[in-house]
Amino acid sequence: MALITALVYLLHQDFWFWRSARPLVFGFLPIGLFYHAAYTVGISLFMWILVRTHWPSHLEDAHDER
Amino acid sequence: MIPAIVVFAYLAVVLCIGVFGGRTANRDAEGYFLAGRSIGPAVFLLSLFGTNMTAFSILGASGHAFANGIVTYGLMASSSALIIPVGLFVIGTRLWALGKRHGFMTPVQMFRDRWECGHIGTAIFAVQAVLLVPYIVIAVMGGGTTLAAVSNGAVPYWLGGAVVSLVVMSYVFFGGMRGTAWVNTFQTVLFLSFGAIAVAVIARGMGGFHNAMESMLASPATAPLLTRERVSPLYFFSYTFIPLSSLAFPHIGIFCLTARRLGHFRRTVILYPLCMLAIWLPSVFLGVAANRAVDLPAIQSKLEARATLAAQGPSLAPEQRAALRAKAGGDDVILRLVEGYAPLWLASLLGAAVMAAVMASDSQILALSTMFTEDVFAFYGGQARFGPAVQVQTGRIFVILLTIVAYGIALTAPQSIFDIASQYAFAGYSALSPLLVAALFWKKSTRWGALAVTVWTAAAVLGVAVLQAVVPAPPPGTAIPVWSIGGADVIARIAAGTTVFGLLPVVPMTLVSVLLMYVVSRATAFSLPAAATLAKYEV
Repeated sequence: MALITALVYLLHQDFWFWRSARPLVFGFLPIGLFYHAAYTVGISLFMWILVRTHWPSHLEDAHDER
Repeated sequence: MIPAIVVFAYLAVVLCIGVFGGRTANRDAEGYFLAGRSIGPAVFLLSLFGTNMTAFSILGASGHAFANGIVTYGLMASSSALIIPVGLFVIGTRLWALGKRHGFMTPVQMFRDRWECGHIGTAIFAVQAVLLVPYIVIAVMGGGTTLAAVSNGAVPYWLGGAVVSLVVMSYVFFGGMRGTAWVNTFQTVLFLSFGAIAVAVIARGMGGFHNAMESMLASPATAPLLTRERVSPLYFFSYTFIPLSSLAFPHIGIFCLTARRLGHFRRTVILYPLCMLAIWLPSVFLGVAANRAVDLPAIQSKLEARATLAAQGPSLAPEQRAALRAKAGGDDVILRLVEGYAPLWLASLLGAAVMAAVMASDSQILALSTMFTEDVFAFYGGQARFGPAVQVQTGRIFVILLTIVAYGIALTAPQSIFDIASQYAFAGYSALSPLLVAALFWKKSTRWGALAVTVWTAAAVLGVAVLQAVVPAPPPGTAIPVWSIGGADVIARIAAGTTVFGLLPVVPMTLVSVLLMYVVSRATAFSLPAAATLAKYEV
């Protein structure tokens, strides 16, 4: 999961849309801005997967044992 | 005058929410400073998000986008949308568990316990406190400026600042953490609602965004604003270090301790990026689109000032450049767009939303009060001598004193100083973030490693501040080499600040912190904490 997190971090550095404004998504959103908006939605999805698969439930247990 | 009345009504609502929302707070320190560790899931998400959103998120973001284009979103929003939730997932949950288990109320309490130190903890407290104060002063200044602006000068700056200070002080004083969390929740809902409404209304006023974007693409002066060609990938990359500061901010660390259950972090880390999107995308897009709002005189004069700066910048005197830069500044472009295209009721609501943004100092005031009473008053014997009730009263008195001092500074100092100081604070807190990581995850870290990180951070922040004070900012697009080796610029002064090897100073500051933590801890392995202490952190 650390590797996937690193990959998501690297996807932030989207050099492929660096100098392009077109296409204008929905007719007004430059592609570079759309990419980062979609990237933000993707992070939310990634966090959902992280929570589902790697939730630190042992921390809850540690508290309950007190 | 109607916007001013709406803003005053908003302040009254906030005061009621803060005071009455916190009325059930316990009388002990944990009840007042941490809401009894019983904040529910929705308030936890919205308040934590609201605590991270300052005036910069709405006004500064659109102002930056007005001048620099769509790159603003990638620099400041999408990087935070990843780093902050991952940090909350990895670090915040662990902080919460240790806080519950061992009763920690501040990060410094944990550092003292983890590294078995006393005065080094005080040094960390001092650096954290100094880096936090500029935010509080800026909030007072922002309140005064906003009230003066929405009332067309009927409410003078000094009175506006006093009113905002009094409101924030009152609900922090009476409501403690619970009242503050409810206010932040209300403010976040206001931000989130405002973004979509503002986009829809301004789009209609501008005759649709498609035409605005096409005409920007047709002009060589504005087309680059729709790409990132003016920013180097290295500079873009270095901005991803800034959100590390959010994890090290004491008010965020302390807020992590307020959740009733660990499960509250689940929704927070999943929804946090979507909240970022909901606020930052409209702010950045509207800031960019403002470049085509040439029918608004206030924006037209900004564009003219920018054009003059670009054409004649190198030949102008530094004072003339500074004046033109201030005139071209875009922090008020959203205000101007709404003023020009939106009906009065929306302009009035905007005033309230702006006020919500500039009042984000409540969490910092409460955090400083918590830190002072726990890390200084209680640590040096105050609680043992006078009891927990006096400790809470001390915290409340500290809130009053801090507000008065911040108000006094806000009346006498120029805002530019504190705008710059708050920029240093982000880099400073990022450089302090290795403290948290080492305390929670690296058994071999020592108190001397922690001290080295703290001293380095203080020295580096001071160094950057002095450099930027001594070497004036050059015109945009140019750089003044400060230190070069073999023809390569190591340190350079640019219009937006300083670079080190083309990176923001936050990158070397944070990397050197990591290195110092490692090297000094390894060199002082004799001072490792006892095995029993280390075992407490194996959760």
